[in-house]
Amino acid sequence: MSDEATDSPQAHEGLVPSAAEAREQMLEIYPKKTRRKREKQMLVNDPGSPGEIGANSRTVPGIITQRGCSYAGCKGVVIGPIYDILHITHGPIGCGWYSWLSRRNMTRIRKAGETNFLQYSMSTDMQEEQIVFGGEKKLALAIQEAYDEFHPKAISIYATCPVGLIGDDIHKVCREMKQKLGINIFGFSCEGYKGVSQSAGHHIANNGVFKHMIGLDDTPVEGKYKINILGEYNIGGDAWEIDRILALCGIKIIGTLSGGVSYDDITNCHMADLNVVMCHRSINYMAEMMEKKFGIPWFKVNFIGINGTKKSLRKIAKYFGDKELIDRVEEVIAKEMSEVRPVVEDVKTRTSGKTAALFVGGSRAHHYQDLFEDMGMKVISAGYEFAHRDDYEGRDVLPHIKMDADTRNIEELEVEQDPARFNLRGTADRKAALQSEEFSFSDYEGMMRQMGKDTLVIDDISHHEMEKLIEIYKPDVIGSGIKDKYIIEKMGVPCKQLHSYDYGGPYAGFKGAINFYKEIDRMTSTKVWKYIHAPWHDAAPAAEAAAAPEPVNA
Amino acid sequence: MAVAVEKKPMRKVAIYGKGGIGKSTTTQNTVAALAEMGKKVMVVGCDPKADSTRLLLGGLAQRSVLDTLREEGEDVELDDIRSGGFCNSLCVESGGPEPGVGCAGRGIITSINMLEQLGAYDEENELDYVFYDVLGDVVCGGFAMPIREGKAEEIYIVCSGEMMAMYAANNICKGILKFAETGVVRLGGLICNSRNVDNEAQMIKKFAEKLGTQMIHFVPRDNDVQRAEINRKTVIEWNPEVKQAGEYRSLARAIDSNKLFVVPKPLTIPELEALLMEYGLFN
Repeated sequence: MSDEATDSPQAHEGLVPSAAEAREQMLEIYPKKTRRKREKQMLVNDPGSPGEIGANSRTVPGIITQRGCSYAGCKGVVIGPIYDILHITHGPIGCGWYSWLSRRNMTRIRKAGETNFLQYSMSTDMQEEQIVFGGEKKLALAIQEAYDEFHPKAISIYATCPVGLIGDDIHKVCREMKQKLGINIFGFSCEGYKGVSQSAGHHIANNGVFKHMIGLDDTPVEGKYKINILGEYNIGGDAWEIDRILALCGIKIIGTLSGGVSYDDITNCHMADLNVVMCHRSINYMAEMMEKKFGIPWFKVNFIGINGTKKSLRKIAKYFGDKELIDRVEEVIAKEMSEVRPVVEDVKTRTSGKTAALFVGGSRAHHYQDLFEDMGMKVISAGYEFAHRDDYEGRDVLPHIKMDADTRNIEELEVEQDPARFNLRGTADRKAALQSEEFSFSDYEGMMRQMGKDTLVIDDISHHEMEKLIEIYKPDVIGSGIKDKYIIEKMGVPCKQLHSYDYGGPYAGFKGAINFYKEIDRMTSTKVWKYIHAPWHDAAPAAEAAAAPEPVNA
Repeated sequence: MAVAVEKKPMRKVAIYGKGGIGKSTTTQNTVAALAEMGKKVMVVGCDPKADSTRLLLGGLAQRSVLDTLREEGEDVELDDIRSGGFCNSLCVESGGPEPGVGCAGRGIITSINMLEQLGAYDEENELDYVFYDVLGDVVCGGFAMPIREGKAEEIYIVCSGEMMAMYAANNICKGILKFAETGVVRLGGLICNSRNVDNEAQMIKKFAEKLGTQMIHFVPRDNDVQRAEINRKTVIEWNPEVKQAGEYRSLARAIDSNKLFVVPKPLTIPELEALLMEYGLFN
């Protein structure tokens, strides 16, 4: 067998059906009702005018979704990475156990005297007795025990499904224990069944962080350019690479919500002059609420990919409008690019023209397109697990998003301007001047405007659609998560986990980009995938040739 | 030489009905009559308030299964949770959380499983009957426990001629229907615990007929029931001579000889209302 024959992606070009045909092939097997629903979640992209996508709707039972639960979104994603809060899961042991360090959000202690609790997993380990008689007393005991043992600055409680069913009032317990122990203790009603995906948990987490942590500490922060990075979770050390670059530029990060971050950083982060948002889906609520209450403006950035990183750095510099900073940023970019350029040029000779598909997250399926673009690769299909319409189509659709019952079930905080602390950071004139130069605030144009024409956008992709996609396109690599990684690889396509980065990372910033280029080069250049070939596939024609009356099981 | 006596299988009875209709009172008085007839009966109270066996036990506070389980851990014995009551009847209270916390339904499931594990239903107890006295309506999965998985096989619904009592009875029939499709549970009849409503007996008879069952007995209203209750006794124990004692004996005999076990046919709301119009507004 020739190794070269199937190597070139151009070799099968022309045979590949159009996006519309591929979509039809994926849909045709579905029963009528399922088809009607999935049709709305699968669009042939037109970047000029993105179609309306049926995102953030209930998953069709049985399609084998990638989605997670509200508890995972709240504890696992948004709050879990705060390293010196003691996180206690109130529920049977499984929820706590399986959310124990499974997300690779990296942490290290940065100041003397700090503690890192993230290597622990704490749970109230509810038993049948607590289900029958209520679990509030055991929760109070758990808080007391944890306090006696660890003396944390704050304790955070997460409700699991049975807690909501039996009606334990975790917030009452938190209030009582807060009074008793004199430290900050707060709870999240993030029962797994809330909402249609983990997205509900993000919102619940944002509300809780805003209510119980933001704005507690008004200590002034040193530094000329002070910002927060919202929606950066330090997977594989991404936040540390961003820290490194921003430090070179002289920009001070007060809080990264939430990656490698401490309780003090978060209570003090309203002292920043700007919020930049990485993952729009999971944290836009926080950006909006902080702007309303404290007057901190925000805009979207993307530190994934060299172009994204450059654009983001320049935008931050322009926001502060300081010549010194603008020049410094250019110097840093030039210096970093001198390291990145030779790597990307080399990698490109092998990766150019190859194809990728991305089904992950609420912003990663968008962000990583930049990295593949850097390598000359084409993203033929992409979609989010749990994003909403604005993450696909851009924030202009916000006023037109229909509020359904599932969304209404998640509390929307009423936020008011803080009379003492509201401060417009720079005059309103400056903001207006920037905006006249097409500098946008509170913006996100969504994934679809950046994606190629006639690519396929698939929201909450099903297992069947994933198999069909591989069959039709045979992409050179798929970026996805643990739930489908090994199915994809069994079909002979390498899969890069973009939730956990497998064992790699960082992939953000300049050094991260180098890591990613090398990783994708390695994954798509290896010949190993050709050997994933079941022996009976070879045996069948042999048996036919021998005209055996019964098929032989080789 | 011992003569092999064919042992009749234990009958498993559950009593349901609207809250406050008199389930516990009716159950205990009927059980007293069955016990007086020489039947060996166990009563399992399935109400978190744990007041289903008070009359049989003479007001003795019974330690509930769930409380015992909580205090003793796994090391529970049958004698810790089962007490002897009037005429060798056996009394168990499932118990449950205080109002507004936890999950009482789950408690009943735990408690019945516990009783099974401890052998409360084993042949050596030589039980003729087990009675489950269940709280209110079929509110959730836990309260349906006695009629699931064959824990109870015959159901009697206590009702009266009042609209809400009939409405609840009809609802309970829906629950029975659901479990009857996959299991052995059947409706044995309606017990009319009279509230002195006009045409009550006729109306409940008609209602029973429409459900495909029978009114197994009409228990007239009699203040002797309350007098006995004040004395923490069933009517039969308090004064076996009074007329009401005879009523409960009749009910016990009717249940003991009952052969009519059906899958009920619940009424639609308009049908139920029409029935009330026909009988309730007779005058």
